[in-house]
Parts: sequence; C-alpha cells; structure tokens
Amino acid sequence: MPRRPGRTHPLLRLLRKYPVGTGGMVLIATMLVMGLFAASVAPYDPVANDFGAMFQAPSWAHWFGTDAYGRDVLSRILYGARTALLIGFASSLLGASIGAVIGVISAYLGGKTDLVLQRLVDILISFPIIIVAMAIVSIIGTGTGKLILAIAFSFIPRAERVVRSSALSVRQNVYVEAARAIGAGSTRIVFRHMFPNVIAPYLVLLTAFLGQAILLEASLSFLGLGVSEPTPAWGLMLSGAAVDFVQRAPWMAIFPGLAISLAVLAFNVLGDALRDALDPRLRT
Amino acid sequence: MGAPVSRYIITRVLLIIPTLLAVAVLIFILVRVVPGDIVELRMVLGGSYVTPQVIAAERARLGLDRPLWSQFIDYMAGLVRLDLGTSMWSGAPVAEEIAIRLALSLELAILATLIAVLLAIPLGTLAAVYRGRWIDQAVQVFSVAGLSIPSFWLGILFILFLLTTFQYLPPLVFTPLLKDPRANLAQLIWPALAVGYRYSAVATRMTRSAVLEVLREDYVRTAWAKGLGRSMILRRHALRNALLPVVTVIGLEFAFLIGGLVVTEQVFNLNGIGKLIVDAIAQRDYTLIQGLMLLVAAGYVLANFIVDLLYAWLDPRITYG
Amino acid sequence: MSKSRAAVLVALLLLLVAPVVPLVAQQPRRGGTLTYIVTALPPSFDGHRETTFAMLHPVKPHYNYLVKFDTQNYPKVVGDLAESWTASKDGRTYTFKIRQGVKFHDGSTLTPRDIKATFDKIIFPKEGVISARQVVYQAVARIDTPDPQTVVFRLRFAAPSFVEKLASPFNFVYKADILERDPTFYERNIMGTGPFKFVEYVRGAQWIGRRNDDYFKPGLPYLDGFRALFIGSRSAMMAALKSGQALIEFRGVSPAERDDLVQALGDKISVQSQPWNCNLIVAFNTKKHPFNDARFRRALTLAVDRWGGSRALSQIAFLGPVGAVMRPGSEFAMSEAELVKLAGYGRDINAARQEARRLLREAGIPDGFTFTLKNRSIAAPYEPAGVFLVDQWRQIGLNAQHVQQETATYLADQRAGNYDASVDFACDFMDDPDVQLAKFVSADVSPLNYGGYVDRQLDALYFRQSRTANAAERLRLVRQFERRLLDEQAYAMYLLWWQRIIPHWRTLQGYKTTTNHYVEPDMEVYWLSQ
Repeated sequence: MPRRPGRTHPLLRLLRKYPVGTGGMVLIATMLVMGLFAASVAPYDPVANDFGAMFQAPSWAHWFGTDAYGRDVLSRILYGARTALLIGFASSLLGASIGAVIGVISAYLGGKTDLVLQRLVDILISFPIIIVAMAIVSIIGTGTGKLILAIAFSFIPRAERVVRSSALSVRQNVYVEAARAIGAGSTRIVFRHMFPNVIAPYLVLLTAFLGQAILLEASLSFLGLGVSEPTPAWGLMLSGAAVDFVQRAPWMAIFPGLAISLAVLAFNVLGDALRDALDPRLRT
Repeated sequence: MGAPVSRYIITRVLLIIPTLLAVAVLIFILVRVVPGDIVELRMVLGGSYVTPQVIAAERARLGLDRPLWSQFIDYMAGLVRLDLGTSMWSGAPVAEEIAIRLALSLELAILATLIAVLLAIPLGTLAAVYRGRWIDQAVQVFSVAGLSIPSFWLGILFILFLLTTFQYLPPLVFTPLLKDPRANLAQLIWPALAVGYRYSAVATRMTRSAVLEVLREDYVRTAWAKGLGRSMILRRHALRNALLPVVTVIGLEFAFLIGGLVVTEQVFNLNGIGKLIVDAIAQRDYTLIQGLMLLVAAGYVLANFIVDLLYAWLDPRITYG
Repeated sequence: MSKSRAAVLVALLLLLVAPVVPLVAQQPRRGGTLTYIVTALPPSFDGHRETTFAMLHPVKPHYNYLVKFDTQNYPKVVGDLAESWTASKDGRTYTFKIRQGVKFHDGSTLTPRDIKATFDKIIFPKEGVISARQVVYQAVARIDTPDPQTVVFRLRFAAPSFVEKLASPFNFVYKADILERDPTFYERNIMGTGPFKFVEYVRGAQWIGRRNDDYFKPGLPYLDGFRALFIGSRSAMMAALKSGQALIEFRGVSPAERDDLVQALGDKISVQSQPWNCNLIVAFNTKKHPFNDARFRRALTLAVDRWGGSRALSQIAFLGPVGAVMRPGSEFAMSEAELVKLAGYGRDINAARQEARRLLREAGIPDGFTFTLKNRSIAAPYEPAGVFLVDQWRQIGLNAQHVQQETATYLADQRAGNYDASVDFACDFMDDPDVQLAKFVSADVSPLNYGGYVDRQLDALYFRQSRTANAAERLRLVRQFERRLLDEQAYAMYLLWWQRIIPHWRTLQGYKTTTNHYVEPDMEVYWLSQ
C-alpha cells in the first residue's frame, strides 16, 4: 500500500508494525496509572477489615467481591498493581544491571578471571530461580524490600550469561582490534563498542525479568515467604483463604490470578516486540 | 563420532565433579548462614516444658555444637562415600527421604514433558510453515498465554473446575504407576497439564523460530528449487536441524521440573521433591537440604550433558576443538 | 390374668425395654478402616522426645499408657495399663496395680519392669536420651517395682495433680528389654501393647495400622485398621473431607471451613465443638524502650477489644473464648466478674482506649509511634490475629508493622530477644497452673520467658502455688499471679483462647471431642457405622 512519506503518525506506524506489542505497552501503561492513582481510583481502603461483609460475591457495591476479612477485592487489586510494579521494576533493573556489568567485565577481561567467574555462574545457574529466591529470603527475611533483593539476586546469573555472550561476540570484532591497534584505552573500547552491543539483549532481558518477577512474588507469597498481610499484593491475595475457599468464593482466586496473567502477558508481548524491533536478524 | 568428540565428552564428565563439589561447599555454608535452629523448631513450639539442657543435648546429638570445620569434614567424607547422611528432622537416611519423592517428581516431569512435546512440535511447525496467517497468530497467542499464566493458578482453576462441574477430586495419595496405572494417572494428569502447558509454551516458541530459521537456509531453498515436495523438505532437512535448539530447551527445562515445581506441588498436595525442599528449608534440616540441592544441581548438570551428547549425535556439522 | 392387667404388664415391660432398644441399635459395629488426616509430618516416633501432635496422631494407636485421660469423660483420668492406684496420706507415694496378661505386639508379656523402664527414661533419661517433659516430673525421687504386680512412685515432696501429669498423652509405655538394648529404638520403630499393630509408613504420604487381635481389652478395638493421610495443604484437606476420602481431622478447622463442609455435606456430617486448651499471647520485649515502661504495656493491652474481637474473629478463625492465664471453663478459670476488672478485659472499649491514650501521653509516646509485631506466617489463626491487633492499635494512634516470618526465623528472633512485640501461643493437654503459669516467671528462672523481665513476686507466687495442697489457697495464689502479670505490670497480654471445631462424617461413631488435640485419637473406642 503506497504511503505518503513522513505523514503517518509515528504511534500509528508503531501500532501497524507491532500491533500486539503496542497492546502490551498500553496494558502496562494502564497498570502504571492504576498503581500510581490507586488512592483516588480505589473505592475502598484496601486494608480495612469489615467483618460484616466477608466472602461477598461480586455486586454493585463490590465489583470483584470481598475476601475473608471483608476487604474489597477490586481495591486490593488496584493497590496491588503498585506492589507488583515496584517489585517487578526494582528487582529486574537491579538483577539485569548487575548481571550485565559482570557479564561485560567477564567478557572483556577474559582469561583466568572469565574462567573463574563462569564456573561460579555455572553453579548458581543450576538451581531453579524459585529455589534461589527461597534460599535468599530464608537468610535475609521477608518483606517488600528484602523480596526485591532476593528476586534480583536470582536473576543475576542468567542476565550475566546472556550479556556475556553478546559482549563476547564484540570482542573479536574488527573494530575493537582496530581500536586497540591505534592505542585506544580499554574503558573506551568497553563503552564505545561493547555496551552498545549489549543494550538490545539487556532490554529484552528486562522485559522477560519483569514478567518473571511478578510470577516469583506470586509464588513466594503463596508459600508465605513474600510480603506480609495486610499488604495488598496479587500473589499474597492468591494464597491462604483464596485457595481454601475456592469453591465458596472463587472470585478471591480468579481476579488476582487474572491480574497476574495480564501483567505478565503485557510484559511478554512487549518483550517480543522489542526483540523483533531491535534485531531484524531475529525477526520472524 | 570420532576422537575429538570422545575427548570432548571426557572433558565434560571431568568438569561435572568439581562443579558438584563446589555446589556442595556453597550449600554447606549457605545453609548455616540462615537464622533458625532445627532443634528449637522441633521442641519449643508452644511447648511449656523443654529446658535449655534438653535443647543443648539434642544439638549435641545432631552434631550441631561441633566446630564448623569438623562438621564440614564429616560432610565431605560422607559425600566421597556417596553417603548423604541422615535427615536431622526424621532421623531417616536422606537418600531414603529423597527416593520416595523422586518417583513422583520424575513421573510428573516426564508426563509434563510428553504433553509439552506433543503440543509444541506440531504447533510450532505449523506456525512456522504458515507464518503470518491466522494459525500462526493463534499459536503465538496460545504460547504467550502459557508463559504468562502462573501454573499454580492454573492448577487451582483445574481443581475448582473438577470440584464444581464433576464433584470429582483426584486421588490424594500417590500409587506407583505399575501398581495401579489408573489411580496413578488420575492423580498426576492434572498437575502435568498445568505444568505442561507452560512448558509447551516455551518449547512451541523455540520450535517455531528454529523451524523458521531452517526454512530460510540455502540448502532448503535449493531443495525447493529442485522441486522436492514441501513435506519431504520438512521431514528430511528442516525438522532434523530445527530439533537441535528445541532439544536444548526441552532438556534444560526438564531438569528444572525436578525441584522447581515447589508451588504446584503445594496446590495439588503432591508428595514430591519440590514439597520436600520447602519442608526441609522450613525445618532447617541441614543434611536434607544439602542432599536435595545436590540432587537439583546434579539433575541440571546431567541434563546439560545429555543435551550436548544429543547435539553431537544430531548434527555432524558441529566440530569440537 | 385379666386383660387390663396383662395390658398394664405389657406396657410396663415395653417401658423397661424401650430405653434399651436404642442402646441396642447403637451397638458398635466391628470392622472397617478409619481414614483420617494429619496435617504435618512426624519427626521421630518417640513420644518421650517429641512435642507435636504430628507424632501423636499416627503413632498413639500403637501404644498404651499407665494412666490416661478418658476422652469420653475428659478430664477424668482412668487406668490404662494400671488396674487401680492409691496415694499415701502425705501425698508422697503413689502405688499402681498393673494389669496382668498384657502382651506386646511381638508376643512378650508386659510387666511392671516395663513401666519402670519407661518412666525412668522419661524422668531420669540416660546420657544421649532426650526427654522433652523431664522437668514436669522433678518431684519424683525414684520408681520401685516391689512385686510383679506393682509400680511405686516415690516423690520428694507432695505435688498436686501428679496422676494427671502421669496421664500425659506422650507417655507411651515401652518395652524394658528394648530400652536396655537400644534407648533410641523407638525413634524409628514401633513396638507397643496398643490396640493397633504397625503396618507401614510411606514417608510424606500415609501411615497404616491394623487391629491387634490380642489386645487386652475384650472386644476392642472395633476398627479393622486405620489409615492416616498426611496432607499439608488445607484446601487438599477440605477436598479430602468433602469427598469422603477421609472422615475426620483431629486437630481442628476454622469456622469458615466448618461452614463450607456443612454446606457441601449437609447431614452426612456432624460437628462437635469444645473450648480448646490453646491460646494466643502477645509477648512484649521488656528490655526495649518503650516496652520497659509498664504504662506503655498497659496501654497496648487496654486498646484491644477482646469481647468484640472474639465475636468478629470467631467467624473467620478458630479463636473465641476470652480468658486470662487459666483456660476459661476450666476449674481454675476466672469468672467473668473477675475478668472484666483486668486491664483490657472491660466491656467499655471506648473508656479503655481513652485511658490507653492518656497512658501513652503520660509515657511520652508520640502519635503514630511505630514498632514491629512479629508473627508466624501461618494462616490459622496467627494471621487474622496479627491483622486484628494492627487494626486495634491503630485506634489509639500506634503504627504497628506486621512482620510475618517463617517459624524457624520467628523462633530465632524470639530467643534472641530480637523483636518488639511478638505473637506467641501455648497449647497444653491439661489445665494446671504449674503448666500454664510456668511461662511467666522471671527470665533467669524460666527459659520460656521471652519478655526478659525479672519479677520475684511472680516467682514466689508460682513456687507457693505449686506446693499447696489446699485448693482454695492455690486458687487465690493463682489469681494474684494473673492480676500482677496481666493487669498491674502487663508483662504480656492474652489475646484470645481457641475454639476447637471438629466436623466429621457421621459414619464415625464413638468419637467425642475434648479440649485438646493431644489426647486424641483414642482409636480403641471408635467404630464405623457403615
């Protein structure tokens, strides 16, 4: 279809090229808004107990029903977006960044340092993420801040591996050899050549981790190792009474699960679109 | 396979041992850094009677009052004899505690893998072959959903569905497959489906991109130009080479199924390795935790190794220097 | 005989027979296997070592006791292996006559020597043998077996409730020969005289026992066998009960779970409920500011509406009865008239909270003061209690941070004094001030005192009440103790006692709920009607 050059709005172009990815971005933006403005949008206080209104089915008064303490499920979901995004962004950024830095350093230095570091990563990577996170939580304790640290730590080895292989491919790069030949300092090489090459996989990693972080919080809270009551957090909402009374009050389990699925879905499709956009070679 | 390959294999095998040793050391230290004490946990809860002397005596019996280096040497000596020690909680050999749960976890992992492969390979291939068409879109939506839905939530929904629609509850106690296949499968099919769906999502996407990659290869185009039928090409060239990355993904994910199904096992009340890990950590049972972590790490290392072997077998183009 | 006289005779006969008929209809039926749920895994199988119900529930049916609590008439103590007993006038000698002809599962005969060996292990454990409740029997000087039918306990001083203490459900009677050979045998093996023989234990899955045909009580047990399913997740437990795969769980369910079962099963299920000898306490770390100030502590306990909380929380958790240190409903319980005089137990919560705010001001605590409340991350009933407490303290302007921890971490913090306020609990199998008050004597006397305080008045009161034979005097001393602990000094506060709710399928007969989950299951008297 012939297009008038330079006249189509960039957003529309984006939508046409990556319809699903843009959809994901919209979802994430909605979550952000929900989380930031939860205080104004939520109809009820998410932590106020109301023992007269326990286990109520969805109604006009409570769109998503109430839970075992009479708390409004919708309000808790809205506030829960805040917790999910906070934990998601913080732990992904922390984990991916630390992993990236280690990966680049290891790739650049090579030799013995690289060998030793890689053996360490070998060991850490041989455990499922949930087990690493559980172990860290056992050591440092529960709570939002500590959870972020635990999840971030479990991401580091995988981030390191991905970034290192990108950085390695640069190392043999002709430009780097040339730069060395003319006497360019190592910092310069690292920054000018290695880092740009790893930005793309780093961003893709971030989006993958975002989704995984939310799932991890859900799993850990389910096991009683995540955030504490009465903090509104989707994973915490799924545990305990939600499971015990799933026949009597299924909305307690359905809505938080939906929220988690949609959030992770949004991050996943965003990540796919990013990957397609950033590396035409990988484009499928 | 020639000499270079067998050398590669031997090197890999030799590397496994130091890796596992390093894991053993790391876990030994890590586990003792965690706050909390198994003896207190066992004797103090709500108990109005237990005196500090009793607690000290029990700690001595478990060897917890000995200096760290002494405990470490005992542990290492045991490992050399392939003796994982006894569980501090129950007093039973760690190997025995693990063996009982391993049967269930292995079977669940195999079932989930079967489901994943049966879904992923045909779906992924179809999506690649009919790229861009509605079937591709449908498969992509199906797999990205599989990645996003928490598998334990899916499990909760399954149970809700079974209870509400059929008033049916899967059997709660594990019966070995050979003893009673019906009861065995009736219990495990549901968690296998919940887990397998997610697993298949990963594998489907991998299959799709691998097949796409291969379809673009020159030699496939040549075969196409030569007039070979599409299915012929698929079968003889595309699939064989696409299998490599798919096998990698399946192999590595399988290893994680042995210990990683922590939450799913809670939801379905399965007496598996994941549940044992959660219990062992909650109880601060050092010897059991150590044994379990070694198992998980060994599983991963083994899976890696087998995948590498398969690589060597499936693609003669790969050289080993 | 005239017609009318015959009619009267028949009527009289019918009247005599009528009450008997239902009894005859209710004759216990022999046969069947009882499947029940145990919600945690047993550590070892040795009753003398362990303190958890997870060991008792599957293992208990294999053993007998010297004396035991009669679950049909709790808290009455009856002889099990003891036919009868007498106590000397000075209360320092207890003589038990032992039944003859009782056989262990391996065929050997029980003698007083086995009883002595058992209690020697409990009271005077050898090197390397752990006895969890050793300190309970410190009054015992020695145990004698003067003849093949008698066991004699000689005490250093007269101790009230001694026989009740002997009836502890953890005091399985073991075989002397085995204990001599290997005192740790019973940790991983079963060999008793009980109504059921051991069949198998599949770790993490199930425990199976079958009838002991040579059991010394004629006609017992009724059941052919039992099967204990280990189910950790509550939803799986509920599903098992709903589907009839299991008939009962011997610990207790929450009111919401009970309602769920009743709704699902209607009249197939029967619900029994008893006050539970378990409670929730909040311990204050008196070594930390401002918990070292009695005014602050009093404010904390005044702010909590126990009566309202009991109504609200009893709907979602198995919390309920309001009481002080001695269980409400027990012989040592405070009457309501006495209770409402204690700080935090008044009926007028607004007045109490005003007083609390005044105390806070006096103590110089700013509005919005923050502290942590540490709690176990277990749903029932700790979580609702924590959520409730945070809400109550919010009402007097205090900001309590609820921190839920894994039990191991929680215990470590408690031991180390690394907490501000902490939700604690106590569960016992008998109501005895010696037991319930022991937690609260000075920290340098009782290792169970986590508050870190030293109070010689409490110590003196405790010591005196444990040596008093006069019941009225003992009660008076206990009251003084409670008032000083909860009201004057508010070293700790009792939140609520628990309510035990046991729903079970009607097909399970002969089961009677008691006040605690340690003396159950009393498997020999249970039977299945279908």
